[in-house]
Amino acid sequence: MMIRRRRLFAASIAAAAALPMLAPRTSRAQQRFDSIFMFIPAGPGGGWDSTGRAIEQAARAAGLVGSFQFENVGGAGGMVGLPRFVNQRRGQPNALIVGGSVMVGAGITNKSPITIRDVVPIARLTEEAGVVVVPPNSPHRDWASLAAALRANPGSVPVGGGSAGGTDHIALGLILKALGRNPREASYVAFAGGGPAQAAILGGQVAAGISGYSEFAEQIKAGRMRALATTGNERIPGTDIPTLKELGVNVTAANWRGVFAAPGITPAQRQALIDLITAVHATPQWKEILAQRAWTDAFLAGDAFAAFLREDIAQTEAVLKDLGLA
Amino acid sequence: METLALLAGGFATALTPQNLLFAFAGCFLGTAVGVLPGIGPALTVALLLPITFKVPATAAFILFAGVYYGAMYGGSTTSILLNTPGESATIITALEGFQMAKRGRAGPALATAAIGSFVAGTIATAALTFFAPVVVELALKLGPAEYFSLMVIAFVAVSAVLGSSAVRGLAMLFLGLVLGIVGVDLQTGQPRFTFGLIELLDGIEVTIVAVGLFAVAETLHLAARHRYGEDELLPLSGSIWLTREDFARSWKAWLRGALIGFPFGAIPAGGAELPTFFSYYVERKLSRRPEEFGRGAIEGVAGPEAANNASAAGVLMPMLTLGLPTSVTAAIMLSAFQSYGIQPGPLLFQNQADLVWSMIASLYIGNAMLLVLNLPLIGLWVRVLRIPRPQLYGGILVFATIGAYGVANSVIDLAVMYAVGVFGMLMKRYDFPVAPVVIGMILGPLAEQSFRQAMTISQGDPTTFLTRPISASFLAIAAALILAPPLLRAMAASRRRA
Repeated sequence: MMIRRRRLFAASIAAAAALPMLAPRTSRAQQRFDSIFMFIPAGPGGGWDSTGRAIEQAARAAGLVGSFQFENVGGAGGMVGLPRFVNQRRGQPNALIVGGSVMVGAGITNKSPITIRDVVPIARLTEEAGVVVVPPNSPHRDWASLAAALRANPGSVPVGGGSAGGTDHIALGLILKALGRNPREASYVAFAGGGPAQAAILGGQVAAGISGYSEFAEQIKAGRMRALATTGNERIPGTDIPTLKELGVNVTAANWRGVFAAPGITPAQRQALIDLITAVHATPQWKEILAQRAWTDAFLAGDAFAAFLREDIAQTEAVLKDLGLA
Repeated sequence: METLALLAGGFATALTPQNLLFAFAGCFLGTAVGVLPGIGPALTVALLLPITFKVPATAAFILFAGVYYGAMYGGSTTSILLNTPGESATIITALEGFQMAKRGRAGPALATAAIGSFVAGTIATAALTFFAPVVVELALKLGPAEYFSLMVIAFVAVSAVLGSSAVRGLAMLFLGLVLGIVGVDLQTGQPRFTFGLIELLDGIEVTIVAVGLFAVAETLHLAARHRYGEDELLPLSGSIWLTREDFARSWKAWLRGALIGFPFGAIPAGGAELPTFFSYYVERKLSRRPEEFGRGAIEGVAGPEAANNASAAGVLMPMLTLGLPTSVTAAIMLSAFQSYGIQPGPLLFQNQADLVWSMIASLYIGNAMLLVLNLPLIGLWVRVLRIPRPQLYGGILVFATIGAYGVANSVIDLAVMYAVGVFGMLMKRYDFPVAPVVIGMILGPLAEQSFRQAMTISQGDPTTFLTRPISASFLAIAAALILAPPLLRAMAASRRRA
């Protein structure tokens, strides 16, 4: 789900998290943590929230963690919650915060003093590739046709997606750059979330749309949107939509989500959290949740994740500069 | 008639004792959160999401639908009795409803709101049952250009709430527009009027301002006047039920409200607030007693209350037929579908027919249940007004504070609410109307974003608003609403002279 401008559902009542809802722990022998404090820098119900609660579901079912405590503080792509987490949880060895691409971008566009660089990367868990779609009655039958139109005059091809400077806008910027145009020439129409953007594409109000695959998946399956290309490294399982790379456009962009620890913890404490999340990832329950929610597994832990994060921040910063937003 | 068979199947599922219990729990919970200012159905459904791990899908959605409908009922209660809108969709209800309460007619106001909500909710649910796909296809024909033109009509309709002085009303409207601008701009990602506060990046919550302007301001106003000895209790005279005349004035407003509210739920830029403005405007224009508006006209409660409930059913149409969320609550319900591994989308009606039809059946049941739940409560509710004012308003302040903090656990929100409250008290003191502020805050961002989206799509060509037929018709309606009354008056005057 996209970040919505109004904070209507950005709230936190820890009591809700305490609802007893999971199977009793199977064995104490496996338990690695008595309790985990899970901070969600977004309201209940969104992508980060469901990621955090999925970790709880898998970890408790496998008996890896005794209990979980949740706190949700939503707003501004995670930028309201992040400083609170950094200040209040410094050095706490069992605190985790959920974050991802959106937080990288929000830190840059909002010029926040505290960014994703101030928390300790533990692991990337899932990612979702973007998809470029056109309305069913569009003259563009394939990617080549849309790419030609974009290359000729990007301004004449209004593209709808989520809020300006968000992951959808960034992906379009990367595409235009790869096509040899200036990302600022894009005719990007920002909508306040998945619903309005989908409506505009279904109704043919915009020439094309770009967003996370799950936003459009059902419309694509029902033939109400034509998918032309995806932005991932590989094709999305179960679909025959080509990737931009296959089509000769050197762009990969995916909306990833992962977990981070509080600053000021020791290397040993960091390793313990990495081991925990690695163990959670290995549980059958986690696999089941991935399948149920149609999330793509993108597990990457520890130093490899830290290296990926540095690269992602640099790439995002460059595109946002090109778009005139950083 | 296949629809009827499917609906009957839905009723069979929804009427099992367990599901009835969930429907009741949802209605009850929804009414409760509707009463609390700040805490709305979206937040409640989000907090209930974890139960999706435990209960079957049908039961969970019956519960959520109950919460959603119930909140629309509950929100009106505090609007009428305490001038404290529990939901943004019931702000307009406070205008006439509280005036009625002040005149000892809280009972009829609550009754017309409850019955109107039932009538409109049932009509809209029936419309949802039979016409959903058609209405949704039509709604998709509307793009940003059409939304903008629709907002132009809405701005004309605002004239109905400007009060006696147009200058004061417009000043307040513009104040609302400024408040609506605060936050990150959707089209450019740049912060506006946030004064470096991270908490303001997402903008100011409408309900925070509404509670500040209505509840906090009212409390401070009373506290300030208290020394002058104006401490009479609100009178409670006459029957608490609708008189024959009340009914005669209400039923048309209910039907018109339902007619206005339903389509708005289906359009992605709609929301439940907009139709309440339109309904209020229409009732005021059509009323034989326009002079009563602002002093407790029952049509001004009946129409908007019907409209907000009808739009709540309307919102479910694009959600169930296309998987499009047009309200925040719908967006969260969609994420609940996903935790059952159900992908909401155009195929939902085919793949999950049982679930969808039992949810629709539960809407009929929930509506009836809410009426039964709310009518007897009216007698109890009006007794709230017997509480001496200092205690009553002290209590309101406590509720308002809890509710405002509950929206986002933000101290900044509280500061904004109290600052707005102090300002609202001064507005009251100097006779500035408060409703235009809230309306400006809701309409402003909608109008601005649709205008800019339309201009981006048309590559900067402003004629797009006139060359698209639906948009042009909307603008023509707006022009007619402005020009027709003075023209008719001029014609009548010249005829008299001739």
